[in-house]
Amino acid sequence: MSYQGKKNIPKITSDRLLIKGGRIVNDDQSFYADIYMEDGLIKQLGDNLIVPGGVKTIEANGKMVIPGGIDIHTHFQMPYRGTTTVDDFSQGSKAALAGGTTMIVDHVIPDPGSSLIEAFEQWKQWADEKACCDYSLHVDITHWNDSVKQEVETLLKEKGVNSFQVYMAYKDLYQMSNSELYEVFSFLGEMGGVVQVHAENGEIIAEEQARMLQMGITGPEGHVLSRPEELEAEAVFRAITIASQTSCPLYVTKVMSKSAADIISQARKKGNVVFGEPISASLGTDGTHYWSKNWAKAASFVTSPPLSPDPTTPDYLNTLLASGDLTVTGSAHCTFSVAQKAIGKDDFTQIPEGINGVEERMALIWDKAVVTGKMDENTFVAVTSTNAAKILNLYPRKGRIAVGSDSDLVIWDADAVRTITAKTHNSAAEYNVFEGMEFRGGPLVVICQGKIVLEDGNLHVTSGTGRFIPCSPFPDFAYKRIKARKQLAVLRPVPRGMYDGPVSEFSPMSRGGTPSASARTSPTKQTPPVRNLHHSGFSLAGNPAQRGAPTTEETPIRPAGRRIVVPPGGRSNITSLS
Amino acid sequence: MSASEDVPAFFRSMGSGSPKPRHKFCGVFCPVEGATDSKTLDLSSVSPCRGDGRVIDKQGDVGRKVEIRTSAGKEALQNLGDTSDRLLIKGGKIVNDDQSFYADIYMEDSLIKQIGENLIVPGGVKIIDAHGRMVIPGGIDVHTRFQMPDRGMTAVDDFYQGTRAALAGGTTMIIDHVVPEPGGSLISAFEQWRDWADSKACCDYSLHVDVTSWHKGLQEEMETLVKDHGVNSFLVYLAYKDIFQLSDSQIYEVFSVIRDLGAIAQVHAENGDIVAEEQRRILELGITGPEGHVLSRPEEVEAEAVNRSVTIANQTNCPLYITKVMSKSAADVIALARKKGTVVFGEPISASLGTDGSHYWSKNWAKAAAYITSPPLSPDPTTPDYLNSLLSCGDLQVTGSAHCTFNTAQRAVGKDDFTLIPEGTNGTEERMSLVWDKCVVTGKMDENQFVAATSTNAAKIFNLYPRKGRIAVGSDADLIIWDPDVTKIISAKTHNLAVEYNIFEGTEVRGIPLVVISQGKIVLEEGNLHTTEGSGRYIGRKPFSDYVYKRIKARSRLAELRGVPRGLYDGPVCEVSVTPKTVTPASSTKTSPAKQPAQPVRNLHQSGFSLSGAQIDDNVPRRNTQRIVAPPGGRANITSLG
Repeated sequence: MSYQGKKNIPKITSDRLLIKGGRIVNDDQSFYADIYMEDGLIKQLGDNLIVPGGVKTIEANGKMVIPGGIDIHTHFQMPYRGTTTVDDFSQGSKAALAGGTTMIVDHVIPDPGSSLIEAFEQWKQWADEKACCDYSLHVDITHWNDSVKQEVETLLKEKGVNSFQVYMAYKDLYQMSNSELYEVFSFLGEMGGVVQVHAENGEIIAEEQARMLQMGITGPEGHVLSRPEELEAEAVFRAITIASQTSCPLYVTKVMSKSAADIISQARKKGNVVFGEPISASLGTDGTHYWSKNWAKAASFVTSPPLSPDPTTPDYLNTLLASGDLTVTGSAHCTFSVAQKAIGKDDFTQIPEGINGVEERMALIWDKAVVTGKMDENTFVAVTSTNAAKILNLYPRKGRIAVGSDSDLVIWDADAVRTITAKTHNSAAEYNVFEGMEFRGGPLVVICQGKIVLEDGNLHVTSGTGRFIPCSPFPDFAYKRIKARKQLAVLRPVPRGMYDGPVSEFSPMSRGGTPSASARTSPTKQTPPVRNLHHSGFSLAGNPAQRGAPTTEETPIRPAGRRIVVPPGGRSNITSLS
Repeated sequence: MSASEDVPAFFRSMGSGSPKPRHKFCGVFCPVEGATDSKTLDLSSVSPCRGDGRVIDKQGDVGRKVEIRTSAGKEALQNLGDTSDRLLIKGGKIVNDDQSFYADIYMEDSLIKQIGENLIVPGGVKIIDAHGRMVIPGGIDVHTRFQMPDRGMTAVDDFYQGTRAALAGGTTMIIDHVVPEPGGSLISAFEQWRDWADSKACCDYSLHVDVTSWHKGLQEEMETLVKDHGVNSFLVYLAYKDIFQLSDSQIYEVFSVIRDLGAIAQVHAENGDIVAEEQRRILELGITGPEGHVLSRPEEVEAEAVNRSVTIANQTNCPLYITKVMSKSAADVIALARKKGTVVFGEPISASLGTDGSHYWSKNWAKAAAYITSPPLSPDPTTPDYLNSLLSCGDLQVTGSAHCTFNTAQRAVGKDDFTLIPEGTNGTEERMSLVWDKCVVTGKMDENQFVAATSTNAAKIFNLYPRKGRIAVGSDADLIIWDPDVTKIISAKTHNLAVEYNIFEGTEVRGIPLVVISQGKIVLEEGNLHTTEGSGRYIGRKPFSDYVYKRIKARSRLAELRGVPRGLYDGPVCEVSVTPKTVTPASSTKTSPAKQPAQPVRNLHQSGFSLSGAQIDDNVPRRNTQRIVAPPGGRANITSLG
């Protein structure tokens, strides 16, 4: 690294940067060019750039320059029953940058019953104080009523949140019923949001947990035994069904098992708009460690859905990621110390859930997918950054090296070899689920907001420099197809003559899903009785008294409550306009 | 002998047959005819059978017919009342699900007593000459809803009318569904249904019991039903929100109970929550006609529910039976699950095998409404063919009819709102012929598979085999002589039902029963039905059917889970606020009759001994509330016995 001119001030303050001789890798192509950055933006791209003096120049020597990673799923500083995850926004984003990730998207988890916006502001405040890299926020919808609906609309339109997560697990806490899911999905589908689901069948899990505890299984292996992968697959299937009914794009967080991934790829083949997110842990390790004799180690793997005990799972998920059936990668980084995990030492259901992975994500995918020849460097960029930016509607500001994009980039060293261990990682947790793994490939230089934050293995980060990046609704990547389909899918009733035959008497107790049955809990339903304009009062049978009385309320020729004997002809008299 | 004049059709179609055997035959039937008035009533109401009779007449050649006569033994008149119970079928090709062979069948006391050639039979036996035609076990319709109450109305085909129609179509046993009021007693509903059926049914029957709600006391009732009343199948609903629908946890509990009892879990698979939402949306769009029914119940919703019930059944290691498979996607989910090894059975019904849902868009409201059933018929016209293929290859196993008929006036309750239309289609009479026409005539399956799909598999699943579903010595004398060459046009004018519409109207089917024998008595011959109201017996079914439970038993032996023996964790424990995080396992016990309060199980693998010298009481609660700062070493101190 050399400096043009005499400037010798701290590197961090330098706003002007030139990367020379790098191979720029985007998700569509790779090419050799120099990059000039200023004010946190990429200003010029090409050969023989004309740049002002005093610019710091980085010689890439033909190494790859890739867009900085976007970790689309983190839980930094997550409050949990009076404690907080050990990696706060500062520690967490530091670890992210160390691994080549220059933007994180964290989940806001409001307490069920409390305000979404308040929770959002709280998270934003924490992140603004501490985050070292740009961030954005998903908001989890942990309960559903009228005010939540309004808050979601405000968040979408004014606060820059375009993705909301709902839970199909955590019975009696976050879990939503199918009807609520339907309402959330149809509302977000109209408003242009992306629905994320935590897909597990919470009701069955609760039953299975009770069964495990009854059998005397209290250790972390009970966690995975009570959450078999079928339950994940079932919930994914159900979420896809509901999303398809409501024409809403779906995003499945934490794809942990083969069967769940299979369901997603099948649904994509059928044309559903669904995105799957495997996480570092599911791509890098498996669930055999739940049976470790070391309780603390076993507990450190506890996350939901659990890692699959099938050791071929990571390989399978990497293949689907490479083939495009799974779209983005996150880390679901949510770390607890051993003491915190030990809350559940006598009852696995009490173990706080979450594993590390934000730092290892990029290197892990490179090692498992690119080094093994499953994917090329462009696909690598797509799954670690570009696709995420597209789903969040941040593309091409993030996720691409182009003029005008943010200058978040990474010089990637494909040959570096690093062994993962809790001794050297940047997370505050005592255990690393990838302990002892050797990854080939890693970031050499990381540039975030136009500043060098990692070079020569040294991190130079400043807490609080991270900006909140607002995401706008209706991301093209998800909504182009949805919009086209909505135009096609107009339903029409069949124009028929009025039925004027006999009507049997029946008791008023209604059967088969009264449409209003769930109205008490549903904010989206204001249903004034709709007048059916196709419904004509004209009848060939010629009942003059009924002419000009077209609405359904007035039409009964015979009161519905009167018993009708069999009409003389033995058949009912049907009027048909056709 | 006096009754012979009551059957003009008999004369007509006897053709060139000699009058002598006919005379004798009538002589044999005489006491029976006179014995009950209802028989005579039957004969006077044979008009529905005109279609069959007419076709047979048209065929007109001798080989077409079966000859029925009485052997001229000296003992012929020994005991007139008894002889009607003795039947010999000569020269028939016996078709079972595994093989076909030529042999004679001798029946007595409504049981098959002998099978073979040159049987030695007592005199005075009525002989039916089958002329080489197929003799197959009588059909078992696994799903009917005769006389079903719905909001003060009752399905128009009661047990008499319904079983008559069943017999006319070659079905000699039906299994009806008991639908208790939600919250009501299963046993009293069961008794009520027994009462209705015993007084009216013309053929043997059994009963499924629907679990329409899940509350305390039901587990005991189910146990009683299984142990004392011969019920081995229970249906739960994933649809009909706020009425019959059960939640996933409840289904899990019901399935666990069913597995322990050795019964079979049946599900009506549709996602009721989504259906309710879609119904509301469709009504909002101003769609109130029957097309709204199918629009609000897309087939995905069915497939989703099938998938979910398969998942729950796998978790609980409970055999699963999906009633009414109506769509390709639902059938695919079942086929896939079977490939993965799940014990699951699929039941397509007459309607889904024989017609499609395009009629929901009919301009004739009454016709469109006649097709209303749930899950709905798929609007995809290739569905019947697809389901027939899966039935042939064994991915689907049994066929029912879900026969539940309402007349147009009853349907018209929902004339302004499709959600109020009572649901159900006809099919019990047409089932056998439809399956023959769609599967055997087209070459999808052979005659043996036909027997399997229409009766044997059902008998095996519901533990009636080999009493029913097989022609063997000792089996019930329920069989039919099948004529694969006669064609018949289904029409509401000629069917044996009380409804005005037949959803298969105008369908021409090849293959009909020529003679139907139920309980050792001829109930259909030459297109004439001779049924006796109330002659049907209740057939109890034992639990732990081999066909279903062999695999389940083996798996439950394998599926024992063990905890990992570990040392006690004696490191620091963080302090927590009192609210539990995820589910407290006890949270659902309030509604669960299945759960005896769990005794805290002592973990014998867990040892109090610890290498680090910690005391056994180190982990007593005081630790939980005490805030622990990070230990000096920065790492937790874990004791591991491993």
